[in-house]
Amino acid sequence: MSDNQYLVEVKHLKEYFNINTGIFSSKPLKAVDDVSFSIRRGETLGLVGESGCGKTTVGRTLLHLYKPTDGEIWFDGKKIETKKDILEYRKKSAMVFQDPYSSLNPRMTVSDIIAEPLDVHKMYKDKKERQERILDLMAKVGLNSEHANRYAHEFSGGQRQRIGIARALSMNPEFVVCDEPVSALDVSIQAQVINMFDELQEEMGLTYLFIAHDLLVVRHISDRIAVMYLGKMVELADAAEIYDHPLHPYTKSLMSAVPLPDPKKARENKRIVLSGDIPSPLNAPSGCPFRTRCPYATDACAESMPEFKELSSGHFVACHNVDKIN
Amino acid sequence: MALLEVNDLHTSFYTPAGEVKAVNGVSFNLDHGKVLGIVGESGSGKSVTAYSIMQILEKTGKIVSGSIKYDGQELVGAGEKVMKTVRGNKISIIFQDPMTSLNPTYTIGHQLMEAIVLHTNRNKKQARERAVEMLRLVNINEPEKRMNQYPFEFSGGMRQRIMIAMALACEPDILIADEPTTALDVTIQAQILELMQSLQKELGMAIIMITHDLGVVAQMCDEVIVMYAGSICEQGTADEIFYNPKHEYTKGLMRSIPTVDSEGKKLQPITGTPIDLLNMPAGCPFAPRCDAAMKICLRERCQRMQINDDHQAACWMNVKEAMENSPEGGEEA
Repeated sequence: MSDNQYLVEVKHLKEYFNINTGIFSSKPLKAVDDVSFSIRRGETLGLVGESGCGKTTVGRTLLHLYKPTDGEIWFDGKKIETKKDILEYRKKSAMVFQDPYSSLNPRMTVSDIIAEPLDVHKMYKDKKERQERILDLMAKVGLNSEHANRYAHEFSGGQRQRIGIARALSMNPEFVVCDEPVSALDVSIQAQVINMFDELQEEMGLTYLFIAHDLLVVRHISDRIAVMYLGKMVELADAAEIYDHPLHPYTKSLMSAVPLPDPKKARENKRIVLSGDIPSPLNAPSGCPFRTRCPYATDACAESMPEFKELSSGHFVACHNVDKIN
Repeated sequence: MALLEVNDLHTSFYTPAGEVKAVNGVSFNLDHGKVLGIVGESGSGKSVTAYSIMQILEKTGKIVSGSIKYDGQELVGAGEKVMKTVRGNKISIIFQDPMTSLNPTYTIGHQLMEAIVLHTNRNKKQARERAVEMLRLVNINEPEKRMNQYPFEFSGGMRQRIMIAMALACEPDILIADEPTTALDVTIQAQILELMQSLQKELGMAIIMITHDLGVVAQMCDEVIVMYAGSICEQGTADEIFYNPKHEYTKGLMRSIPTVDSEGKKLQPITGTPIDLLNMPAGCPFAPRCDAAMKICLRERCQRMQINDDHQAACWMNVKEAMENSPEGGEEA
């Protein structure tokens, strides 16, 4: 690929899990169903959606933590296919997990946790270099180097998340998938970590896929935002655009449902409250998955999944009735 | 007289490591039909305050001193017999996690009816009718059919509706909601908040809304209490707290949340980490993290002072201002 503007490209990605429905029968759960998007070098793409919409699965499949059922993943203009590709790709990509309590091994010291990717990929010549690298990383994420030999349980949630980030950065990755990295943290600590993500991006030229359900956090950190619903991507646009002019009825209600930390605005805010719950992905509705809760649903919505098309420059949306609604 | 008067409440947990003063001198009043928000981070004592009011603390926890008056009746030290007439009947609570607060082995109907039979003198048939009525009130479709289903057959949002139905079945005067929407998705959260607002108007109860989400507070609450390390830093009407914060911690909180306007700018986080409740400093508990901390902040804790009619704060920065407004409060400090 000559178009090197994009670091990561995903084409028609599908990830199905087989769920046992009986002793001999099973059914595919379409966690991610035909999702395509690309991430520019150095940008932050926010991925939002409610629980069960497949946003975490996208992140994990993207790093080949799950083998994709179908579809292509391109990294830096190269298709990731063989085992060798995956190994090379994993050196350049990393992940920060949601839960800073369960994602760190309680039996390992901080320095061993941070250096584990280095150990796996044999990235140092001698012990001295390894140690230097650890201290360097700890300084980068604002951890006291004296704490290198402590265990994870001795740290607070925010500090643990810093350890997780240091581990993700140990290979000098180009691409980091951040899966709800701040949602387990308190507000005041959350801001510290968000700022750190910002600073590290500037410093190391990182590209982020930032998965979160807190829409204000996502808007703050992202350049562009993608919205998912039941395994499908329904809208993708610039962060400001998607907040100010959402086109898809689901995005509209999602944006209006955000509780604004401002009493006057909150009183004026006209919420579009959706009726009903998210259907189970095992029994997803035919056609557009959102049609069961959509106030604008027509017969066409039950028949086919609308195409994910570019409506205006850089603004993609998948809705049959998008012209009528707006 | 206020409906609920909490005065200088101290609640401690006795752990092997020592006494943890989870609630340290909390006082507030709640009037009929008002929505009071209590905000704070984990460990600030907001939930423990609620559990102290209901007296449902864990075994290691104990109300050390202070008074909680419901409708003029003292609840601290009143004994389990009195509390049984208060809990559920007068004051109800809903918890954060609708997944674990229902018993998985009984039907929804059984659990709703149990609460109704226990607290009112309805018989089983009447209780059933009441339960169906409550389910209808919280917008659950086909309530008769739903009565015979088990919690696992309901989604998270619906379970929280059932918890609300159960809490409101005996028409309490006060509903304590402990992070009622934290475990829910945004669109479901909007449904639940909308429901609570409309029920509050319909039934005229008072709500104590405990949350860490300032967005939820802005939307729901008339009055707000901001807690840090077991004590109240600031209290006032929602507008006062959001537009005119007078405690450095509240100011820091407001600066550290991303808003629609903060895009592209750096957030201003509160530095440092929350305080260790086992080793409380002598001065203001927020002083070690406070950018504006003065010498006196480290030495002495500031008393709550009146900023104006609708606003109190416990911050030395306001001493001068408060002294001008109320000389008594100033001297006390």
